Amino acid sequence: MRNLIVFLWKHQFFVFFIMLEAVSFTLLFSSYSYHKSLAFGMANNVTGSIYTSYSSVTDFFGLKYENEKLAEENASLRNLIKSAATPSDSSLIQQDNNYFYRAAKVVSNSVNRQNNYILINKGEKDSIAPEMGVISTKGVVGIVIGTSSNYAYVMSILHQNSRISARIKKNNHLVNVLWDGHDYEEGLVVDIPSHIELYPGDSIVTSGNSLIFPEGIMIGTIREYMQSANQDLSEAIIKFSADFNKLQFVYIIENHMKPEADTLISNFEN
Amino acid sequence: MSNLYIRNIVRFIALILIQVLVLNHMNLSGYINPYVYVLFILLLPVQINKSALLLLAFITGLTIDLFGNTLGLHTASTVLLAYARPGILRLFFKNLEFSADEEPNISKLKPGGFLKYTLVLVFIHHTALFFLEVFSFNGFLSTLSRIALSTLVTTLMIMTLALLFASRKK
Repeated sequence: MRNLIVFLWKHQFFVFFIMLEAVSFTLLFSSYSYHKSLAFGMANNVTGSIYTSYSSVTDFFGLKYENEKLAEENASLRNLIKSAATPSDSSLIQQDNNYFYRAAKVVSNSVNRQNNYILINKGEKDSIAPEMGVISTKGVVGIVIGTSSNYAYVMSILHQNSRISARIKKNNHLVNVLWDGHDYEEGLVVDIPSHIELYPGDSIVTSGNSLIFPEGIMIGTIREYMQSANQDLSEAIIKFSADFNKLQFVYIIENHMKPEADTLISNFEN
Repeated sequence: MSNLYIRNIVRFIALILIQVLVLNHMNLSGYINPYVYVLFILLLPVQINKSALLLLAFITGLTIDLFGNTLGLHTASTVLLAYARPGILRLFFKNLEFSADEEPNISKLKPGGFLKYTLVLVFIHHTALFFLEVFSFNGFLSTLSRIALSTLVTTLMIMTLALLFASRKK
């Protein structure tokens, strides 16, 4: 026992190094299982407030761009009102009323890591909960994975674990959209049936299957189609329609029916 | 004595702020992510207690992690950097004498020596960091090029900052 203590004392630099690395790795692994990531929800409130004051400065410089985007959105909303007023489509297509939108402001965001997260300024107080979808005016952004009282933590599509259920707009085939960690503007469309031909510019939208995003929200457009040589599923490169580097305002989507659907599914899976 | 503390505290705060408010938001490309905050560890006095060195590295890494929501990532890499530092100093600068509070700065190590010292330690830090970040050996080459490019840019920025600090002191 004494020898052990003498040994540890002699090598205290190494022992202390191993101890600190052990703590770091524990933190690292616990944050990989993303449900635990809010163990540091309190820190989020501290760093969050620093970022809030910082982004209030930088926002000023993005005002012009934001204005243009809002104007564009206004225009598209006007169009929606017009088309909703025509009685013809109201009878056949049931408008999806289960989804509720809340606006929020991006407080911190990154695009240059392998796993990117976004912090937004709405949290539990505004009834934001994990597994709600997040979109910008241009397209899908990510999914809420944790909340503190004033902030929510969003897993960006730019994340190794991100997998969005999507659909090819022109023929309704189901595909999945991933991110390969290279370029923040580009993602990967996988599981494309090999008999489907895709061309640059084809739109990829959400499928609505996950119940997180409503159907038909824009994800991006095809940039390059890579037909698989054998009869496997093909892949394509997609250009995300959301500009992750300029995100300032986002909408959080709540699906009122998701809890009900989830209980139903889990009842039959067990 | 207190001068040393104040200088290091100011340097710590300044480098953390530069890192989280400026560099973390710069997108040169997915392959270039400079992390200049390690300069704080590089410039700590040579004769510092080794356990204190590790503990300061731990705190520095953890602070960066809290701001970037990358808990543990920078902490692990920065502690490794601190662990390697005494050995690298001994290896490269065996013949240099350091007084009690003397820092291994650019005027003491000479520009060439400081460049070598920075390059090696930043490379160690970035290698750990980028491999822990992807957490796989898939895309090995893309991770390697990320490490190489970021190491060069970080080193370049650190040399610039070190020259600025040095010229101001004269």
